[in-house]
Amino acid sequence: MVTNAATFGRSGVHDYLLIRATAIILTLYTIYLLGFFAFNDVTYQSWSGFFAWLPTKVFTLLALFSMLIHAWIGLWQVLTDYVKCTSLRLGLQFSLTVLALVYVASGLFIIWG
Amino acid sequence: MNVNFSLYRYNPDTDTKPNMKSYQLEVPEGSDMMVLDALILLKEQDPSIAFRRSCREGVCGSDGINMNGKNGLACVTPLSDLLGKGDIVIRPLPGLPVVRDLVVDMGQFYDNYARIKPFLINDEQIPPARENLQSPEEREKLDGMYECILCACCSTSCPSFWWNPEKFVGPAGLLAAYRWLADSRDTATDERLSELDDAFSVFRCHGIMNCVSVCPKGLNPTKAIGHIKSMLIKRAV
Repeated sequence: MVTNAATFGRSGVHDYLLIRATAIILTLYTIYLLGFFAFNDVTYQSWSGFFAWLPTKVFTLLALFSMLIHAWIGLWQVLTDYVKCTSLRLGLQFSLTVLALVYVASGLFIIWG
Repeated sequence: MNVNFSLYRYNPDTDTKPNMKSYQLEVPEGSDMMVLDALILLKEQDPSIAFRRSCREGVCGSDGINMNGKNGLACVTPLSDLLGKGDIVIRPLPGLPVVRDLVVDMGQFYDNYARIKPFLINDEQIPPARENLQSPEEREKLDGMYECILCACCSTSCPSFWWNPEKFVGPAGLLAAYRWLADSRDTATDERLSELDDAFSVFRCHGIMNCVSVCPKGLNPTKAIGHIKSMLIKRAV
């Protein structure tokens, strides 16, 4: 019997709400970035200026954490559907979640470092 | 008109693995028989073909099968719906163990139905001596749910049921669950929701609506599942 021990949320409701809340943040962040491309001349100066601006930094950090939570829950759902071998599933989930954490850490250092 | 059929055949006593067998049937011009009628004629050609059927009019839910890749009731699916796309491919309902040919073992499906306690629970009052009345508005809430005939077309078209049949209740079971959750005479709402409050039983539904597209009675299990999710969320937050 697989329960929800390996997912991020603490229950089905928790997972359901988190995955939707993070999806909203990721959608808004995508629109925010598209807005930058649509209304700015993309040069190194404008790009680095955009990411030096505090709201962009905070929003990026929020989007990175949202990606981590969204991917953690989503991958757990996909893996519990398709990978029936427990050791393989746990190995895959461990690797993919660590990869998502690496993305967050990298983003953190790139944006704030 | 000659119609070609490709039928899934499997007899566990004699076959090591399932195979598809071709059949031909002469269908009179202008006749638009149902798939079940065609299967009965094919069974006259080859009496070893096994399938379930009973009422032959879309009421009993016995003859749920997969026709050209889509689940449905053989008795209410006209042959004309399946013509013009090469051979008519008939398979058993996917995701359930095959007993023989088109007959599947519905055990898991019925277990999931039993799990949602498909009966009235009323602990608060002594049942009235005669009828347990509802207002027309209360009764209206059950429309679109009580009509389910448990043919399993929906649950066996649902990938979440295929991958986790023992944990995800499935669209048919959840439609029935909401039928009792929405019933004004039922007092076990909290107990019923607690039984469903985990990461699999309800929340494995991702709303792909295969169940809606195949339901021979035109019901909407996805909508009922959405209502259950809302009830679980309202209870939790």
